[in-house]
Amino acid sequence: MSDMTDTSGPVLAADGTPLKRSLAKALRRQKLRALLLISPLLLFILVSFILPIADMLYRSVDNKIVVQTLPRTVQALSDWDADSGQLPEEAVFAAMAADLKEAAAAKTHTKVGSRLNYENPGMSSIFRKTGRNAKKFDIEAGGPWKEALIEMNDDWADPDVWRTIQTYSPPTTAGYFLNAVDMRVGPDGAEMRPESEQIYMNLLKRTLWMSLFITFSCIVLAYPVAWILANLPTRQSNLLMILVLLPFWTSLLVRTSAWKILLQQQGVINDVLVWIGLVSDDARLVIINNQFGTIVAMTHILLPFMILPMYSVMQTIPPTYLRAAKSLGATDWTAFWRVYFPQTIPGIGAGSILVFILAIGYYITPALVGGTKGTFISNQIAFHISTSLNWGLASALGAILLAVVLVLYWAYDKIVGIDNVKLG
Amino acid sequence: MADTASDDGFVVFDRVQKSYDGETLVVKDLNLSVARGEFLTMLGPSGSGKTTCLMMLAGFETATHGDIRLGGKPINNIPPHKRGIGMVFQNYALFPHMTIAENLSFPLEVRKIGKSDREAKVKRALDMVEMGDFGGRRPAQLSGGQQQRVALARALVFEPELVLMDEPLGALDKQLREKMQFEITHLAHQLGITTVYVTHDQTEALTMSDNVAVFDDGRIQQLAPPDELYERPDNSFVAQFIGENNTLEGVVTEIKGDTCIVKLDDGEVLDATPINVNKVGDRTVVSIRPERVEYNKERLQEGVHTLKAEVLEFIYMGDIFRTRLRVAGNDEFIIKTRNAPDVERLTPGQQIEIGWLPSDCRALDA
Repeated sequence: MSDMTDTSGPVLAADGTPLKRSLAKALRRQKLRALLLISPLLLFILVSFILPIADMLYRSVDNKIVVQTLPRTVQALSDWDADSGQLPEEAVFAAMAADLKEAAAAKTHTKVGSRLNYENPGMSSIFRKTGRNAKKFDIEAGGPWKEALIEMNDDWADPDVWRTIQTYSPPTTAGYFLNAVDMRVGPDGAEMRPESEQIYMNLLKRTLWMSLFITFSCIVLAYPVAWILANLPTRQSNLLMILVLLPFWTSLLVRTSAWKILLQQQGVINDVLVWIGLVSDDARLVIINNQFGTIVAMTHILLPFMILPMYSVMQTIPPTYLRAAKSLGATDWTAFWRVYFPQTIPGIGAGSILVFILAIGYYITPALVGGTKGTFISNQIAFHISTSLNWGLASALGAILLAVVLVLYWAYDKIVGIDNVKLG
Repeated sequence: MADTASDDGFVVFDRVQKSYDGETLVVKDLNLSVARGEFLTMLGPSGSGKTTCLMMLAGFETATHGDIRLGGKPINNIPPHKRGIGMVFQNYALFPHMTIAENLSFPLEVRKIGKSDREAKVKRALDMVEMGDFGGRRPAQLSGGQQQRVALARALVFEPELVLMDEPLGALDKQLREKMQFEITHLAHQLGITTVYVTHDQTEALTMSDNVAVFDDGRIQQLAPPDELYERPDNSFVAQFIGENNTLEGVVTEIKGDTCIVKLDDGEVLDATPINVNKVGDRTVVSIRPERVEYNKERLQEGVHTLKAEVLEFIYMGDIFRTRLRVAGNDEFIIKTRNAPDVERLTPGQQIEIGWLPSDCRALDA
């Protein structure tokens, strides 16, 4: 080419600009257009998905309420040595009185009370009771505040109350996370809670193993169904596919309630068992409101999520592989196990990830059929969100759940390889 | 074709019928005998029953009626994995999750052959198809031709006496296909194995086989060596199906010994060899190969009838000329002439006379 005589410099486009810049310019329009096309979705996801998640995750460490509501007290307490066993000085009490007066006027004193109550039960009532009179405090003339406050509520004489306020005065805290793993901040740093107060770790373990068990039952039940779906003539497989998809078109609540009817002690299954004499009338099986009930109902509900990826992978495996294996001398079982099964692993992997991740965060079914022993960690999260209003703890539990899923996903990628996952 | 197959064949189909739905027969009364070491091709259009026959032999389909014998023993009730028949599939069916060496090792492992023995056999089989360096690769990393060789090696590695091939070259391009045709026949003869090969490509059938069975409508229309099949087709289906062929329709007006006179529908008359016409007055389709038609008057045999023809199209194809004529109302009459210095090139619109040896023109069923 005639305009390429100067080979030492950068490659030039026909009009003399460097080829790289020319290319970038040509691509920029395309990229911009692509970005514009996806921007509504991007915006929607950002506002409705990513920001709420980020906000919830932040709540799990957010502790600004203490320093915002009790700024003077936090300041005054900073020099106090909690391990001395002595009560703080008058200045601290005076600061607390001033803070309480302001807080009571803004009606925020109960909020900081409930916040501190998570860490030290009883704090809520101290703040509520003292707060009742706080609006009438005359900070200048009402002293000395040490005696005044203790007289109003003798819990102020407990150094532990002040220790709790001091410990939870920074704007961020690990308290919710420690709480979520059954720990707390004691005099010597983090420590396990007494065994009677430990709930969340056991609940997390139970959630994990039940989800694993549900995933495994789904594999066992879905494999033959997917195989039949993939190998039937189209017309019959379409009919069967409708049966598989039917649960999707039925309300989740209806399906779960149906299990209640089937499984309860006066329910269909028990009635049948009693009728055929397998179980005596006074020893009806307890198969609902426990782990068994949750596993049965959730396996049923999540089964389509296992069948569909398996089916779409099996559909791509031509029957000639099995024939080839048999013609090479393999028995039916060997042909299946050595030739067919390994090729279906991507389907099993995809189904398992899908079912496991759905199961681990499942809420409605365990809530309805799980009783007390068959509930999941998500039920506790819901409890803290809507009943106890301890959003920080709920966020911490959610964050841990998210972390566990990510770790398992990473482990799966290491062991099986995420490239091996096929949804079709 | 004999009515019942003789018992001395290595592979014998004896009055075999097959129906899938209980209403129509896909294979109708099939009798076939393949000698040990023979390369037999089943050739036919799709739906002719050839693949069904192969699948019955392999054991993936059961015969509705009749016996299939292998080495004298009936195999109807033997499951496929105990038949010991090597098979090459249309799309090779190489196991995608195994390496090439593992693919070849598979039939040996299921036969419980020891590790060192296995490795030696796999290596020998791969070397045989010149794929010795590819043992560690996966099938997806090989080209179509290479996969084809591996599939062949896998079908042979456990030393079967019979190998079945189901259109194994269908997915290859023309050049590679021709090369593989040659290699497969060589290998089969060199190892002395019996081969049953299914294809719908008649060139493949002609170039590779000892014998070709032409299938149509669930029956063998003709079973013969390639040259006989091409030059002496038994009926108009075979004549049409194998190679290029010109047909003219008419009525037999005279039969004398091994020649007959046919009067075409437009009144012209020609000489032919009667094959399956029985008496004067029968309708017939006469068949003549494009390369056996002569238009050079000096070369035409004395005393035979000639037909008038008009040149419609002349196509230069390098080694040959291909000319389309209108003969007795048939616009698709093709003649092929070798490109030689003394051959006249025809021009469209030219009126010529054509003729042939009566032995090259066969009067078949209408």
